[in-house]
Amino acid sequence: MSLSINYKAEAENILKISGVNPKKCMKCGKCSGACPAYDSMEYHPHQFVSMVQDGDLEKLMKSDAVFKCLSCFACIERCPRSVAPGKLVEAVRLAVIRKQGMNRLKPEDIPCMLEEELPQQAIVSAFRKYSK
Amino acid sequence: MQRIGVFVCWCGSNIAATVDVAAVAEAAKLEPAVAFATDYQYMCSESGQSMIKDAVKEHNLTGIVIASCSPRMHETTFRKTAQAAGLNPYMVEIANLREQCSWVHKNKEEATEKAIVLMRTAVAKLTLNQPLIAGESSVTKRALVIGGGIAGIQTALDIADAGYEVDIVEKKPTIGGKMAQLDKTFPTLDCAACILTPKMVDVATNDKITIYSYSEVEEVKGFVGNFTAKIRRKARYVDEELCTGCGACTEKCPSKKNPNEFNMGLDNRTAIYIPFAQAVPKVPVIDAKNCIKFKTGKCGLCATVCPSNAIKYDQEDTFVEENYGAIVVATGFNPIKLDEFGELGYGQIPDVITSLEYERLMNAAGPTKGHVLRPSDGKKPKKIVFVQCVGSRGQSCREKGYCSKICCMYTAKHAILTKDHYPEMDVDVFYIDVRTPGKNYDEFYRRAVEEYDVNYIKGQVGKIYEENGKVMVQGSDMLGNKQLTVEADLVVLATAIEPDETARSIGTMLTASMDTNDFFTEAHAKLRPVESPTAGIYLSGVCQGPKDVPETVSQAGAAASKVIGLLAKDKLVGNPCVAGSNPLLCNGCGQCANVCPYGAISYVEEEVRGPGVREVRRYAVVNEAVCQGCGACTVTCPSGAMDLKGFTNRQIMAEVDAICK
Repeated sequence: MSLSINYKAEAENILKISGVNPKKCMKCGKCSGACPAYDSMEYHPHQFVSMVQDGDLEKLMKSDAVFKCLSCFACIERCPRSVAPGKLVEAVRLAVIRKQGMNRLKPEDIPCMLEEELPQQAIVSAFRKYSK
Repeated sequence: MQRIGVFVCWCGSNIAATVDVAAVAEAAKLEPAVAFATDYQYMCSESGQSMIKDAVKEHNLTGIVIASCSPRMHETTFRKTAQAAGLNPYMVEIANLREQCSWVHKNKEEATEKAIVLMRTAVAKLTLNQPLIAGESSVTKRALVIGGGIAGIQTALDIADAGYEVDIVEKKPTIGGKMAQLDKTFPTLDCAACILTPKMVDVATNDKITIYSYSEVEEVKGFVGNFTAKIRRKARYVDEELCTGCGACTEKCPSKKNPNEFNMGLDNRTAIYIPFAQAVPKVPVIDAKNCIKFKTGKCGLCATVCPSNAIKYDQEDTFVEENYGAIVVATGFNPIKLDEFGELGYGQIPDVITSLEYERLMNAAGPTKGHVLRPSDGKKPKKIVFVQCVGSRGQSCREKGYCSKICCMYTAKHAILTKDHYPEMDVDVFYIDVRTPGKNYDEFYRRAVEEYDVNYIKGQVGKIYEENGKVMVQGSDMLGNKQLTVEADLVVLATAIEPDETARSIGTMLTASMDTNDFFTEAHAKLRPVESPTAGIYLSGVCQGPKDVPETVSQAGAAASKVIGLLAKDKLVGNPCVAGSNPLLCNGCGQCANVCPYGAISYVEEEVRGPGVREVRRYAVVNEAVCQGCGACTVTCPSGAMDLKGFTNRQIMAEVDAICK
C-alpha cells in the first residue's frame, strides 16, 4: 500500500459505514467460535472488533484476513450482543479495495480461473466482493 | 380566604448554593394568599419543624407550602408537622426546589427565577386545597401464596408461624417446585431433597396452611386487606380425601410410555402418576390425555386396584372462593426453550442436554439412578463439555438480556460432582465470565479448577455437531487466541431461566407491574425489594428476578414479614386522594370504568337533583376503598365530571396558570 492513510479517520469511517458499535461487545468469543474460516484468517472476527475500536487498523488493512473471510455471516447471525463482527470485516475490506489500484480481482484474472463447474453467479459475486 | 405560610429550605447548600432562598421567600410575601414566608437551613430538622408549628399558630395559617426536596422525600414528614400544628395534613404542598431545580441547574439567577415559579405554583394549588380525611378499611387475616416452590413454601411457613392462616396455590400436582428436581445444592453440596422435603412435610402438617395443589388462581378482586380470589381446583380424578397414596394404581396402569415431566422427559411415567416419591400431597393424578380409560372408555384398572375407591373418573374442576388480606407471588421460573439455538444442536443431537436435565441424570432418584449415562446409548461418557451463558446476556431476539445468575455456580457444582463421582472423566467448561460473588462461592469455583482439575476455557461455543458418534464442540479459546474443536460424549448447556409462563397473566390479574422480561417489579429497587407497587401484593423468589436458593429463602422470609406486618393491623388507613364523580355533570358514558385499572368504578341509576335538574340518571360512582388515585378516569372523562381529590382539575389548571403568568 503506497498511499498514506489516516488510519484513525479510516477507523471512524469504518464504524460509520458498518453501523457496528464495538462497545456492545462482551468479548464472549462466540463469533470466533463459529467462524469456519478461522484458521485461514490472520486476524479473527473478535479481533476485528477490538482492533477497529482501538483504531489499530493498519494491520487489518494490510492483512489477507479480509479476503479470507467467507462472508458466511455466521458471526453476525450468532453474536449474542448484535455487534455483528462480519459487518466490520466487510467494511474494512471495502476500505481497502476502494483505494486506487487496490482491486483484488481484475477481469483479466478470470479466464485462467475458469472451471467447468464454476457457476457464473460465483464470478459475479466475487467481483462484488473483491472489486470496487 | 386562605392564609398560607411559605417555608423555603436551604437543604444545607443543596438548594441554597444554586437558588437565592431569601429571594424566593421575599417573592412569596407578594402572593395575595401568603400571610407569612421565611427561609431556613434545614426545614426537616427538629427546629425547622417547630418553626413551622410556631408560625402556624402565630399567623393563624390555614395551609403551608414547603419549598424543599421532592415530596417523595419529606411530604409525609411535613404532613405530620401540619397535623401536630392543628392543620389538616392535606393542607400541605411541596414545591420541589431540589431535584427539579437546584440539582439540575447551574446558573443561580435562572434557578432562582424557576424556584419562584415553582413556589407560586404550589401556592396557587394550595389556595384551592380542601381538608381531606382518610377512610379506614378492615384487614382479612389470611394470606394467599401463589406458587408452591421453595419461595412459596418458606413464605407460607413463616406467615403461619406468626399465627396467620395461609393458602398455597400450586398448579402442579405437588408442591416442591424446581428445588425438588435438583440433586445437590451449592456451595455446601447438601442434598436438595434432604433439606426441601422436610419443609414440604411441615407445610402439609401445619394446621394454619392449606395446600391447593393442581390448582390455579382464576380471578382476584378487591384491594389491600380485602382481596377475594377464585381458585380453580383442576380435576385430578382422584379423591384427595380417600386416597392413601399407596401407589397401587400407578403400578398397574398399562399406559406407561408418557414422558415424565419431573425427569425432564428423560424417562417415562404411567398415565396415573405421583410426580416423585416425596410428593406433597402424595396423591396421584390422572393425565387424561394419555389415560386409556379417557381415550377409549375401556381399562379402568386403577379403579379396580384402588383399595380405597379413590379413583373418580367423573370428577370435574371445582372452584373455591376465599378472602385474603395479602397475596404473595412466588411463581418461579423455567429454563428457556432452545428451539432457536440451532447451532447448539439441542433437540437434534440426543447427547446435548440442558443443565436441569443433567441435574436429573445426577440425582439418585432420577432416570439413571444417579449414574451419569448419556441419553443416546446409555453409556458412561468419557468427556463432558459444559457451555455457560446459553441464552443469557444477549441482545438478539432469541436471547435474554439479563444474566441468569445461578448458572456459574451450578455449572461449577456439576463439574465438581462429576469429577468427584468419576475422577477419570474429562470436564471442560466454556465460559464468558465466571460470576461467583457470594459467601464461599468463589472459593467453590476455584475448588473446581484447582482441586478437581476442571478445565475452564474462556470463550463461547459457536457450533455443535455430530461426527463419528462424537459430539463435536467448536468454540473460541480467547486467552489462547485459537479456535478449538473438542470431541465430547455429552454436552450440557447452562440454559437461561425466565419467569414462569403464568407470571404475565397473574401480574395482570393482580395489577402488579412487571418489567419487559416478565419479572415482577418491586416497589423500590433497593428499599422495598419484596413488595409490588400495588398495595397488598408481595414478591418472593425468582418471579422478581433470578436468584439462587439461599437468596430465595431470604426473600421469602422478608416477604412473609411484610405480610405479617400487614395482617397484624386491624384497620388500614386509606389514601384520601381518590376520584369522585359529579352526578350533575356525569353522562354515564362508561369510559372511566373502562380505563380504571383497579375496577373501582361502577354505575348507579338514581335521581339527580341540582339547580334546574331533577331526573333519574345513570352516573359513575367510585369505590373509595378500591381507588388508588391514579387519575386515569379524570383525564378520560369527556364531560369533566370526574375529579381527583387533592388534585382537582381546578387545582391543576391553577398550577398551569401560575407557571404561565
